[in-house]
Amino acid sequence: METTQTGSSPLQEMQREKAKDKVLAMWFFISAEVVIFGGLFGVYLTLKSHTGSGPSPEGLFELKETAVSTIVLLSSSFTCAMAGYFLQGKTKKKMILMLLFTLLLGMGFLGLEIKEFLTYVEKGYRITDSSFLASFYLLTGTHGSHVLAGCIWMLVLLFHLLREGLNEDTSLKIKVFSLYWHFVDVVWVFIFTVVYLFGKAG
Amino acid sequence: MDLKYTLWGKKITFPSDILAADMSILLFLLIGVGLLTYFKKWKWLWGWLTTTHHSKIGILYLTAGGAFFLRGGLDALIMRVQLALPENQFWVFQGEKYNQMMTTHGTTMIFFVAMPLLIGLMNVAVPLQIGARDLAFPYLNALSFWLFFAGGSLVNISFILGGSPTAGWTAYAPLALKEFSPGPGNDYYALGLQIAGIGTLLTAINFLVTILNKRTKGMTLTRMPLFTWSTLVTSLLILFAFPALTVALLLLSFDRLFGTSFLSADAGNALIWQHLFWIFGHPEVYILILPAFGIFSDVISTFAKKKLFGYTSMVFAIVLIGFLGFMVWVHHMFTVGLGPASNAIFAISTMSIAVPTGIKVFNWLFTLKGGVIRFNTAMLYALSFIPTFVMGGVTGVMLAAAPADYQYHDSYFVVGHFHYVIVGGTILGIFSGLYYWWPKMFGFLLDEKRGKWQFWLFAIGFHLTFFPMHIMGLMGMPRRVYTYLEDSGLGTLNMISTIGAFLMGLSVLFFIYTVYWSCRNGVRDASGDPWDGRTLEWAIPSPPPEYNFARRPFVRGVDAFWKEKMEGDGTFQPAEKLKPIHIPPSNVQPMILSGIFFMTAFGFIFDWNLVKIGGGILILGMLIWRSFTDKGGHFITAEELAEREERKGGR
Repeated sequence: METTQTGSSPLQEMQREKAKDKVLAMWFFISAEVVIFGGLFGVYLTLKSHTGSGPSPEGLFELKETAVSTIVLLSSSFTCAMAGYFLQGKTKKKMILMLLFTLLLGMGFLGLEIKEFLTYVEKGYRITDSSFLASFYLLTGTHGSHVLAGCIWMLVLLFHLLREGLNEDTSLKIKVFSLYWHFVDVVWVFIFTVVYLFGKAG
Repeated sequence: MDLKYTLWGKKITFPSDILAADMSILLFLLIGVGLLTYFKKWKWLWGWLTTTHHSKIGILYLTAGGAFFLRGGLDALIMRVQLALPENQFWVFQGEKYNQMMTTHGTTMIFFVAMPLLIGLMNVAVPLQIGARDLAFPYLNALSFWLFFAGGSLVNISFILGGSPTAGWTAYAPLALKEFSPGPGNDYYALGLQIAGIGTLLTAINFLVTILNKRTKGMTLTRMPLFTWSTLVTSLLILFAFPALTVALLLLSFDRLFGTSFLSADAGNALIWQHLFWIFGHPEVYILILPAFGIFSDVISTFAKKKLFGYTSMVFAIVLIGFLGFMVWVHHMFTVGLGPASNAIFAISTMSIAVPTGIKVFNWLFTLKGGVIRFNTAMLYALSFIPTFVMGGVTGVMLAAAPADYQYHDSYFVVGHFHYVIVGGTILGIFSGLYYWWPKMFGFLLDEKRGKWQFWLFAIGFHLTFFPMHIMGLMGMPRRVYTYLEDSGLGTLNMISTIGAFLMGLSVLFFIYTVYWSCRNGVRDASGDPWDGRTLEWAIPSPPPEYNFARRPFVRGVDAFWKEKMEGDGTFQPAEKLKPIHIPPSNVQPMILSGIFFMTAFGFIFDWNLVKIGGGILILGMLIWRSFTDKGGHFITAEELAEREERKGGR
């Protein structure tokens, strides 16, 4: 249902409606993603004891390294929130700077994850070696691909911002993106707890 | 009968059935291209392929779903011919070939017929029923359609490219894994459903946002027509059920394509597939039936000329059925060995769904009581649904009794049961909806006389086909078998069932003829309100202008249009001033993007790295391209709008 405000052009009114729609749609998309990750967690918990000839969770994980990547990713949520804060204050430069930080932190996290995977593969622990490894790679990999998608999204966003500046359209895009980014970070908190912490605790 | 020849030293064989399929495809393509060229309709076709308008996309869904219906129906007839006589050997359809037919029939009918036809009707009717101008995201809507179409084509094309899936529509692991299904068939299944599933999920989000945000003034949730309500709940079911399928298909794809062992019987856990599949699959049957409930509610109240009895309890029942639909998936797994406690819990929760369903049935009956009933074709379909669905429901409760299920499990009884609910619910609902909204879509009525013939052919064929299946099941005939012995005593019943199936096939062909006949001689729907309707969609001309409502109406109650007719002159108080309306542009991107998904799937099936990576990059590129072209379209100015409304005699 629309609210007609006096003195607004049809275009502005349409954009206001579009903003409401897109934010709501993102929430629904996130609900669907919750089920996807829920399913992947279920698969992981079912299969984590199926280690076959491969390593067990306790033997595999290095908590110190994942703690670093956790801090990196959670800081990116903070900078993303800051970007939202500056967005409301309409201070474009600070906002872009914060978005850049978010991008760098996101890429940093991805780098750490790729490094982690490479170490495992070097040790000979491939996705085909045991169902535990497969479910671990699928869960963290799905999360990682979400981070990757977020990074590409951010790059495109920055490009839009440089081209068009801060207007209703671009700020809506940032709003929708930040919902997504916070969600991806929250998922990591669960992965860190359920996979790494519980895995190490045995 | 096989065609064999040698080309450059390679022996090439075309089995006769594939040859027949190839030739028929070629024939249809040639006829299509010929007709389009002869009538100079290429530009017209392009308009349809690039459309983003909800009612046009609805018609696209109906057309594509209808085409898949013919394919799935042909599979059914082939199966019924093979089963008509004991120890029959029809053409080549025994063993593996029969499994292909059976799997394609089930997969196609659920994913590419029932759902898209319902979504097509939703696209046509829901925005009109709530007084909206379009769905919230027209581009996304087009993308949803094309993704469904790409996925459906992928599953269907597998037949002529090395074999269809063979593990049944449920694709149980470990049967569906490479170990037991080595051909590419189940790869088509996994990837085709995945792609179509993305489209369905996006459509659900689109409808949720549309219904929650795009209603006109006064159209509160408690005033929405039942079809819109059922669309809302169905969309929620899709939103939470399809991701479970996504995960299941992901595991299956990884196992088949990358050599993991999630679902294998020894290294992994095959039950994961069953759990995930039915966490999706059980809500799926409510995704199929709730919209049909919505259609029947609207149709029955229109043709009984009465407000729906117990509106609130009807809404409550839909929501409750939707909720309970998620709580009962284990009843598909009673014989797996999860233990009596879990079986008991899921048996009871399953049976409890009969309560809200019963409420609905009685409400429909009470709506009829004392009503001024008109027996139009749409109404005949709705009325015949009530006893049919009750029968399907009763056998459902029988199956829900866990100990009894050990007897019925995997017998033809189950096949009888779910065809009674899915054909007797969803397909009857779709036909009812088609006859009901046809004038709104195309501006002419489907002929009643021919429609009634079509209905009776279908209804008689339906009971002849599926009723004997219950008895055959109780006599011990298992499902998924391609033959049975002479002395099993199943011959007569199977023959009756086959005759019924051909009657249904005939009825579907007759429907196509009815459409053709009505297109040439049908009654034009001049008023836009051929049934003396009760809801908003009948308050505007048929077919509606591209903006639907020049000024969106102000709604004052349930059955909004009827209220205006009873308490006034049948015109609405407008909820807004005449003002410019934005029309989103046509867009070719959804079709291209889905085409790339289609190609990329082949990269995975045949392990072509270049296509895989190239496809991935192209998909990403398309999304980025979209982000730079998401503006545009044009405004219809207020003056132009006033003029256009004037010309139509204005409402």
